Amino acid sequence: MSPAMVGLYVFVLSCFVGYHVIWGVTPALHTPLMAVTNAISAIVVVGAILVAGSEAATGGNRMVEILGFFAVFLAAINIFGGFVVTDRILAMFKKKK
Amino acid sequence: MQNLLFGSNFFAAMYLVATVLFIFGLKGLSSPKTALRGNAFSMMGMAIAVGVTLLNPEVRSYTWIVAGLAAGAVVGVTVALKIQMTAMPQLVAALHSFVGLSAVLVAAGTYYTHGAAGGEADAVLMTEIAAGSFIGALTFTGSLIAFAKLQELMGSAPLVFRGQHWLNLALGLAMLAFGGHFIATHSMVSFWIMTGIAFLLGFLLVLPIGGADMPVVVSMLNSYSGWAAAATGFTLSNNLLITTGALVGSSGAILSYIMCKAMNRSFISVILGGFGVEASAAAAAGPGKAIKSASAEDVAFMLGNSSKVIIVPGYGMAVAQAQHAIKEVFEILHEKGVECKFAIHPVAGRMPGHMNVLLAESDIPYDVVFEMDEINGDFSSTDVVLVIGANDVVNPAAKTDKTSPLYGMPILDCYKAKQIFVSKRSMKPGYAGVDNALFYYDNCTLVFGDAKVTCEKLAGALREE
Repeated sequence: MSPAMVGLYVFVLSCFVGYHVIWGVTPALHTPLMAVTNAISAIVVVGAILVAGSEAATGGNRMVEILGFFAVFLAAINIFGGFVVTDRILAMFKKKK
Repeated sequence: MQNLLFGSNFFAAMYLVATVLFIFGLKGLSSPKTALRGNAFSMMGMAIAVGVTLLNPEVRSYTWIVAGLAAGAVVGVTVALKIQMTAMPQLVAALHSFVGLSAVLVAAGTYYTHGAAGGEADAVLMTEIAAGSFIGALTFTGSLIAFAKLQELMGSAPLVFRGQHWLNLALGLAMLAFGGHFIATHSMVSFWIMTGIAFLLGFLLVLPIGGADMPVVVSMLNSYSGWAAAATGFTLSNNLLITTGALVGSSGAILSYIMCKAMNRSFISVILGGFGVEASAAAAAGPGKAIKSASAEDVAFMLGNSSKVIIVPGYGMAVAQAQHAIKEVFEILHEKGVECKFAIHPVAGRMPGHMNVLLAESDIPYDVVFEMDEINGDFSSTDVVLVIGANDVVNPAAKTDKTSPLYGMPILDCYKAKQIFVSKRSMKPGYAGVDNALFYYDNCTLVFGDAKVTCEKLAGALREE
């Protein structure tokens, strides 16, 4: 199998996992669900780090430097913003009893 | 030695751990009791993913990475701590746009790094780069428009013009054509033209969608941001990104489906937009019918003397910031021994679960808050229903009037209660532009005024009794 094909397997199976996990989420928590999926979709930060730290960026390729920095920056806003706001929301649901 | 410890299997294994933690994190949301722990799992997953990536030998310098992470952390944490709960939909839309743009930048960056390294940039990789870029671009500008509409930087009314769908179709085809050219020739110019068209298309796709459809749009963009991450994962042959993207993508897709179902609309018709434009013609129907109105004191008297009360909050509650005043009313009723519950329609507010968050914010226990299917059977045995800032979701025309644009939409069966009070600012129709048949029912009385002021008056009057 080519890497792309392996990726496709992983992708399709993950969609099924997602389907089952997400239907289990209680509707009352749909807003925190969106906030936390927001945070974890910032997993593109992995790609962003590889670009920002790549040989081309260190080698002084200005274009790659700029692309990499902003990609990391934007993804980081999402990670921190998304998790913190989710935590805030969920803490409100926790307060009672 | 480094290769032994940090070989590719090490990274793959750690990424697998992160993936599993994300799944546990989402699973935690099945109940408010486990949700916080779930969020901690997700954070751990992210920390592992970022930490491990930093150890990757391909990472040669940390200057830009550290700068980006630090700046992002400052901005993200500041915004997340300051944001008001009523503004959550805007925040979520804004965050979606960042993921989208980040995906575009990563796609472009990967293209440049592989070009610079002279690596084997084959057709598959080019396809993946193209997909990552255009899905990210659509997500970015689409979310910007959604943000602008939610933040009321622009009117929330749908913007429609002749030939809109044909224009979008033509642009979509042009985008694919340039994408194809890029894949075939690796031309940078084609790449940027394709991405540019995708940016434009993102704007055009969300412009025609009105305020009432925002829950669907926000969910849809949530889904796109996931697909963008998955596409980036294909580009980098990184299974962690593919899995996580697929999880987020299916989450958004399921939420869109739930929202569409709750409005009895097809996904396609929401995407094509323009809902509420032709509908205003139907709003003129029913002239000369009389409505009754009452003061907050009258409502308080009725509430105080009832045994079962259901409160139905809607977007108007969020706009008026009335949730804390409602909590007061709830508490007093509770002390008086009146059974008081809350009924929430799936599309109440501007994003899925919006009302639940606001009620939780004002400390209303979640076990008195019910979803539509759980509580609809209770209305017929309820003495008083108090509708605060909800409109279309309680309109019985959705059940009785075949000509209504709302016909077929599942509603909260408030009209079955003995007495209904609707707190409203004015007689303006709801977001769908449809007149509410409920207001003319014999058992329905309107209370005019700002929702927050009305609820404060209610609480005051109830206390005095």
